[in-house]
Amino acid sequence: MILSDYLPGTGLLWRLPPGIKLLALAALGTLLLAVPLLDLAAITFVAVIALYLGSGLGWRVIWGILRPMLLILAIVAGAQWWLFDALSALMVALRLAALLLFASLVTLTTRASDMIAALERALFWLRPLRVNPAKVSLALSLALRFIPVLGSITAEVREAQRARGLERSVIATAVPVIVRLLKMADDIADAIEARGYDPGNETSRSTGETRP
Amino acid sequence: MIELRDVTHRYGERVVLRDLSLRLEERRVAVIGGNGSGKSSFARLLNGLQLPSAGQVLIDGLDTRSDGKAVRRRVGFVFQNPDNQIVFPVVEEDLAFGLKNLRLPRDEIRARVDAALARYDLTELREHPAHLLSGGQKQLLAIAGVMAMEPAHIVFDEPTTLLDLRNKRRVARAIAELPQNVVMISHDLELLRDFDRVIVLDEGRIVADDRPGPAIDFYERRMA
Repeated sequence: MILSDYLPGTGLLWRLPPGIKLLALAALGTLLLAVPLLDLAAITFVAVIALYLGSGLGWRVIWGILRPMLLILAIVAGAQWWLFDALSALMVALRLAALLLFASLVTLTTRASDMIAALERALFWLRPLRVNPAKVSLALSLALRFIPVLGSITAEVREAQRARGLERSVIATAVPVIVRLLKMADDIADAIEARGYDPGNETSRSTGETRP
Repeated sequence: MIELRDVTHRYGERVVLRDLSLRLEERRVAVIGGNGSGKSSFARLLNGLQLPSAGQVLIDGLDTRSDGKAVRRRVGFVFQNPDNQIVFPVVEEDLAFGLKNLRLPRDEIRARVDAALARYDLTELREHPAHLLSGGQKQLLAIAGVMAMEPAHIVFDEPTTLLDLRNKRRVARAIAELPQNVVMISHDLELLRDFDRVIVLDEGRIVADDRPGPAIDFYERRMA
């Protein structure tokens, strides 16, 4: 399960404005970090699970989100146990899992374009700092879109290097991945421009002197 | 109409297109040539993605140098790799991207997205993550995204290179049905048999400019 996987639906969570969901996520994160109580972490975790089940998103979806994170949760909880005690480890694991599940719930029930539009509105205060919110929101959208592409490029390169007996070489994987990403970034910039993107008066047209 | 006037294009010291002058008035024009012949640079000049080092490129009288924005509204561009062209994570969001850039009213965006989805058999996939589409579906989405913007001309830069036979035929059919003027860069000679005109480039120069039969025969002899 990746953050960009929106699941179509018509329930209350889908109909809520994205800004409200993002605010709720920020508030929940702040609350859980500011109030380090096991009871609060446990109640929040259970409540988030209830939200999933109440919205028709079953245990399979929940497991799909938690499974890739189990190792990280175990490492974080193990460190807490070693440094403090078992209850502290349980609290941190529940807190992290609740936050992760809630963040995923937001992305599962919100289209990327709606979320980006909400972020663009929320980032209006960046304008006086000469930062264009439209550019920031497009960058976020591109990040969501290309996370899976990055994954498949890395897998392809790894496979190719394994075929050549270079599976242990980080450089043999990293260099071709970086080269392909740079080329891809160039192509994406062209594609965005070709589709009439104009965040202001700034343009990125090539003068034809530098591109291969 | 697309017109090139004394166009030369170079990257640093390397000249990739030399003194080209031509008018493209036909509905379907193909450009073929070996690797490094200047085909892709030629395509990129047509919607102002690149500006010529010398000379002028005119699209329906608009100069790509001075009227870049208007030119890009008139000339759609479909790239070789649809993965690098699909900007939004979900199919219908990506279709709407170009339309929002045109600042169309919400209702019209909705109507055009619906029409494009229906036309390319993507309606069932409207809320599908774009990265999970097949290669052919991705290329159709890329074409749909450009088509929805209703440009007068569409430039294709090797649109079938990465596709298998079935998807290649699907995309070829979609291209054949386009009402727009099409300029196609391709290595797929079979795809070009029904075109009105084929231009052969070699080392940045036009070495043949004819109907598909004679032009493709010339190209095959030259590449032999």
